[in-house]
Amino acid sequence: MLCRMNQTEIQTARLDNGLMILVEPLPDVRSAAFSWWIPAGSAHEPPACNGAAAVLCDWMFRGAGDRDHQELSTAIDSLGVQSQESVTASHLIMQGACLGENLGESLKLYADLLLRPRFEEHEFEPTMLGVEQSLQALEDEPRQKVMVELTRNCYPRPWNRPPEGTLAELPNITPDVIRRQFAQCVRPDQAILGIAGHVDFREVLESVQALFGEWRPTGELPQIVTQPVASSTVHLPQESTQTQIGVAYPSVPYRDADYYAAWAASNILSGGMSCRLMTEVREKRGLCYSIYASLAGLQEAGFMLCYAGTTNERAAETLEVMLQVLRGLGEGVSEAELARCRARAKSALIMSQESTGARASSLARDWSHLGRVVTLQEVRQRIDALTPADIVDYVRRYPADDVSLVTIGPEPLTK
Amino acid sequence: MQFHHTTLPNGLEVLAEINPAVQSVAFGFFVKAGSRDEAVEVHGVSHFLEHMAFKGTDRYSADDVNRIFDELGADYNAATSEESTLFYAAVLPEYLSQAFDVQAAIIQPALREDDFATEKQVILEEIGMYDDQPSVVAYDQIMQTHFDGHPLGRTILGTTDSIRQLTAAQMQAYHRDHYRAGNITLAVAGNVSWPLVQELAAKFCTDWPAGKCDRVLKPAVSAGGCRVITREALQTEQIVQLTAAPDTNAPLRYAAELLTVIVGDDQNSRLYWELVDPGDADQAELSYNDYDDTGTYLFFLSGDPVSIPANLDRARQLFETLNRDGITEAELRLAKTKVASRIVLRGERPMGRLSSLGGNWVARGEYRTIADDLRAVDVITLRDMRELLDRFPLRMQTTVGVGPRQSLKD
Repeated sequence: MLCRMNQTEIQTARLDNGLMILVEPLPDVRSAAFSWWIPAGSAHEPPACNGAAAVLCDWMFRGAGDRDHQELSTAIDSLGVQSQESVTASHLIMQGACLGENLGESLKLYADLLLRPRFEEHEFEPTMLGVEQSLQALEDEPRQKVMVELTRNCYPRPWNRPPEGTLAELPNITPDVIRRQFAQCVRPDQAILGIAGHVDFREVLESVQALFGEWRPTGELPQIVTQPVASSTVHLPQESTQTQIGVAYPSVPYRDADYYAAWAASNILSGGMSCRLMTEVREKRGLCYSIYASLAGLQEAGFMLCYAGTTNERAAETLEVMLQVLRGLGEGVSEAELARCRARAKSALIMSQESTGARASSLARDWSHLGRVVTLQEVRQRIDALTPADIVDYVRRYPADDVSLVTIGPEPLTK
Repeated sequence: MQFHHTTLPNGLEVLAEINPAVQSVAFGFFVKAGSRDEAVEVHGVSHFLEHMAFKGTDRYSADDVNRIFDELGADYNAATSEESTLFYAAVLPEYLSQAFDVQAAIIQPALREDDFATEKQVILEEIGMYDDQPSVVAYDQIMQTHFDGHPLGRTILGTTDSIRQLTAAQMQAYHRDHYRAGNITLAVAGNVSWPLVQELAAKFCTDWPAGKCDRVLKPAVSAGGCRVITREALQTEQIVQLTAAPDTNAPLRYAAELLTVIVGDDQNSRLYWELVDPGDADQAELSYNDYDDTGTYLFFLSGDPVSIPANLDRARQLFETLNRDGITEAELRLAKTKVASRIVLRGERPMGRLSSLGGNWVARGEYRTIADDLRAVDVITLRDMRELLDRFPLRMQTTVGVGPRQSLKD
């Protein structure tokens, strides 16, 4: 039995096995995009096996059903599917976009991937080498590494495990570890499929029912016990031209009643060139080229993650001004700043309808956090309803007082 | 989609591709000024000038410019390359007039001394940021080595020294010469009417100085070479190689694009199966860059430093096999499908149409629809690919390595 709900133009259905399907038909485009969210993120890895989620993601694609790695890649490319896979703390996300008429055939390939990956032994070693190479490359990218280390330090455990993995733990990962990971985590209940574009809901539903109707979980998804941690300061010494600065402090997750106030706060700090961080740190003082603050959400917790890169001699001043700006938000927020937030949000929301990939991804993400569809109209309403007082009230309850700090560069900094 | 074109009396080219079915409108000013147009004494001025434009005019201060764009919810930015400076924005249709006003105004900026001094610090920070990115260091070095003696060899950002020495007066002179209306193309794509585009261009761009600035074109003949930059603390070795490819006006440029997909796409390409799939390299990709008077194939290889000499040799042999035997029918067909999908998907958003719209006009005075681009790819034959490989063989001339290695040989 299928259960269908209609919500404006977005159609939803849940299969008997729990697989959630969300479809937003967009008749004016030719493309169709899909976004699979599978509960196989790094937080689900067994202890001391950080990297297993990344290995699983890669090994899955190296042969499925009747096709080996090369045949599978060629099949995906023959349909013109532009595909992209990524791992987060909570999910394995598989996205793709193609011409609408090729979606049906694409779903068949993804059925093979999700239900019948080959996990051939001779493909395991190359997969491990690939993950190892990526981690080594990250060592040479300080702008990215600083944020990986920041979340590793401040996120509650085990949600702090870098989705890319940790070099030291790779030797603990065996084929059996991955097969168990697959059995436990790649499952229809708690899996979400978002689709947007030139599609017909009925046709999609029939395809998905035919291809995924018999999908059953083959293991138990382990319970995750979340453990928050206190703030910390870490310095990673490196001879470099710039010092990388990462600052984090608590905020709220997507499902929280304060979410939109938090979002507005992050926008006032970091949205557009007229935002506070850009104005104070870059425009007025020329202290950096790149600086931002973003609201990062896990399922159960949220954080404000801030970044700046600055030449070594000016790093102390950059951090000082950054912290002043972050802390100064509690003193007040103007109507004009809020109006700019709204304008940018309105544009972004409306323009996101031009991108089938953005819509497919939003559908899945919203369901994952909230268990329901969020229409663009609802987002607009929530943003329009905000007042400066709401934002200040939120900031006073979630101030940038007790921050975590990670720096990469020749000298440590004090916060 | 409907295409329109006109030229203002001062020489500004105005193009529009109207599409009422989309939500936004994107527009951009393509200025024919890039790092290749700079005299040695003003190395980095095009990119610095791009930054200085956002510091505003007599009417709009820097704060005004930043604030107004954000009030309009504009998605905007600018970019400087070797051959052009592009200022672009996407907005909801109801905000076009206001966004256009500010965007057009800053093309003729005030270039104030105190803004110049502060922004110089930002440019130096940007240079510092890239200095810590080995792949960017490798790219800058290979362009300098491969194009030694040719304007394309200069870095886009300039150097710490050249930027420190640059004066506002030098920038003003460069702006006067290069930001003339005849050097600029305005392209607009999306949900807009042609009468409105003409009205905005007439209202905000008519008083721009007329004239053009000629670009010095010279054939690029590379002496090749190899440079190794040793940074012992790095974990991976990053290699960039260059060789000649068709220029921006060559009919073979579509074939060149297809060749890089077959040979060096990040998934399911010859380089991928040879080096990345077995885990012998982190990245092994081939891309194509076209300029007014030349083109390049760029090979990028990165990974474990120990494997680099063997990987370089394997890549070289892979290229020689291609030069000798060409590609297969199946490879050609698959590459066409991949590229066709990219063309269609990119074209669904006005911002995605903008670079094609402006780029084709600036380079060739031509307008190409999505269907035109799809056809151009579809008609390519194995014989075309053979001709391409005969005239532009994949045989790398110049090499740069950045990483812990002292040499690229064992």
